[in-house]
Amino acid sequence: MTKGGNRLLLDLYRTMRRIRTFEERVNELFVRGQTAGSMLHMSIGEEAISGVCRAMEQSDSFTTHHRGHGIFIARGADPNRMMSEIAGKADGYCSGKGGSMHIADMGLGALGANAIVGGGIPHVVGAGLSYRNRGLKNVSVAFFGDGASQQGILYEAMNMAALWKLPVVFCCINNQYGMGTRIDRAAANTNLHERAIACGLNGVAVDGGDVEEVHEMSERVLDSARNGRPGFIAMTCYRHFGHARLDKSPYRDEAEELEGRKRDAVLNARAKLIERQTSDAASLDSMDDEVAKEMNAAVEHAIAAVPPGQDSMFRDVFAMGEPQPRPLRQHLSSILGEAR
Amino acid sequence: MAAIETTYRDALRQALIDAMTEDASIFVMGEEVGRYGGAYGVTKGLLEMFGENRVVDTPIAEAGIIGAAIGAAMTGSRPVAELMYIDFAGLTMDQVANQAAKSRYMFGGQIGVPMVLRTQGGTGRSAAAQHSQSLEAWFTLIPGLRVVMPATVNDAYHLLRMALKHPDPVIFIEHKALYVRKGELDVDNPDGAWGKSAIRREGTDVTIVTYSKMVFESLAAAEALAGHGVSAEVIDIRCLNPLDDETFITSVMKTGRAMVVTEAVMTSGFAAELSARISERCFDFLEEPVVRVTGEDIPIPVSPALERGAVPSAQLIAETGLWLVKRIAPSWAA
Repeated sequence: MTKGGNRLLLDLYRTMRRIRTFEERVNELFVRGQTAGSMLHMSIGEEAISGVCRAMEQSDSFTTHHRGHGIFIARGADPNRMMSEIAGKADGYCSGKGGSMHIADMGLGALGANAIVGGGIPHVVGAGLSYRNRGLKNVSVAFFGDGASQQGILYEAMNMAALWKLPVVFCCINNQYGMGTRIDRAAANTNLHERAIACGLNGVAVDGGDVEEVHEMSERVLDSARNGRPGFIAMTCYRHFGHARLDKSPYRDEAEELEGRKRDAVLNARAKLIERQTSDAASLDSMDDEVAKEMNAAVEHAIAAVPPGQDSMFRDVFAMGEPQPRPLRQHLSSILGEAR
Repeated sequence: MAAIETTYRDALRQALIDAMTEDASIFVMGEEVGRYGGAYGVTKGLLEMFGENRVVDTPIAEAGIIGAAIGAAMTGSRPVAELMYIDFAGLTMDQVANQAAKSRYMFGGQIGVPMVLRTQGGTGRSAAAQHSQSLEAWFTLIPGLRVVMPATVNDAYHLLRMALKHPDPVIFIEHKALYVRKGELDVDNPDGAWGKSAIRREGTDVTIVTYSKMVFESLAAAEALAGHGVSAEVIDIRCLNPLDDETFITSVMKTGRAMVVTEAVMTSGFAAELSARISERCFDFLEEPVVRVTGEDIPIPVSPALERGAVPSAQLIAETGLWLVKRIAPSWAA
């Protein structure tokens, strides 16, 4: 049992249930033909990252990857604005510019959400430098998948973080698949935290099926990082479904999936809560129902929301007040129009 | 063999199969090219046909993939390295621009890098800013690289076959919205030689110079223009390097008007190169300025309506053509 005890576990259970239900509703939004495209990467099976997010302070920053919905839910993002962004609507977090892969709420400390594998990792090094130089006690956390752990940029970033003793944590969500490639077909040494140790980081491995373990270990690693010993958390979990919405995972067999899905932090937390008599099935069901209502409302919100206006496409390429891109039609008018 | 109807994707796959059957030094490497069959299905079935040594699934490590392909090309193999999205080129540019492109020249002709970098770009899937770009100009800027962009099914096959016989690095850029497009494949008859343009529609009033998916938007525009009494000639350049100037210059000398159409952005895009060459060579023949119809100078937004609006449509090309030839301004004209 962790420091926070059973009430903390109940809280984490609710967060994890919100993530799972949100992702299920993203699927529903797709089936109803309301998403912007099909590049929807679900984090079902990765809900224990709630334990990492819980160990972070409000003022800490982080970067995420294309499979980042769950991290934002755990950090407290608004499901309505997330769902709207997935639908490409004007009131989405990125004004309908980014979509599922780029949902980001900078108000929660996000420094971006990347669709380039590993793209966001080095930013935490810079954030760490910035905090150190400004005398702040913040930590910056990079969330990425096992796929990104094969990118060279991770090693450049880990080396710098260790060399300069920065308040940085690398959190590798090892769901065992980079798209269709299982980790043991992408890495000779699949103990990814050992690579971090070799770089001089505080590298730990945690079981993504056990949110209490993830939380407890994350608190320790984040505390150390805050005091100048950067860390690496390798959280092993299982990507319960395909890479993206249209991927039916033909590259893995059903037996593996059934076994893999047993690593389920949501159901494990639920069983523990009942076993410890912190809660009972009926109360948890009613909590789940509340969450379902919230996420159903997010779907309806996104469907009802208005799409962005055509003129908005030119906004935010550069800062307001700076020279803006000239629309093509204006350019054509300058060549072919009456005023030429 | 008679022509058959097939898809762009299947024509590409057939080209790989035929080339690999013919030349044992050819092998494919990249993310998800084997068991998965390619993110867009181009390499489906190749693993079963050619085995793991010739269809190599790699970790997600783009710089490493391209770098390894260069080494293989320098040592007697002919690699086809697949870069899943052209947007990932950012991770590979040292290997592409400083290593692959420069080895022959910098070492005084002692060594070549006969490799093909297959990739795909463009809009059409709401894949957002980091998965939808048209980055051909990143490559055409670098001396030492060949750059080809097939539009038709027949070119998908033949240009890939030609690329796999080429002595230098070829950047082979497909379009993600063309994979399911059907067309005629005649394995015995290419649409033209390597480095030659194809006239896709003949016309007398205006020349539209274009490539990749915009060939089809331009053909649709030409059809619409015909309804207004405007005869448009559509030229598909097929190869950006080597570039066949003569076909489009001859055409513009005939029509006296030119539009250059690309999905890529206008500023410093390949349309600027085409436009400059036309202006330089056809100055005395032009009735009107050369007009570029291109993607907006913005990142690609995810929202489907915005994404469509960010790149030229057949309607916009036709409206511009009508304006250029008949002085009929579109409704949005300022």
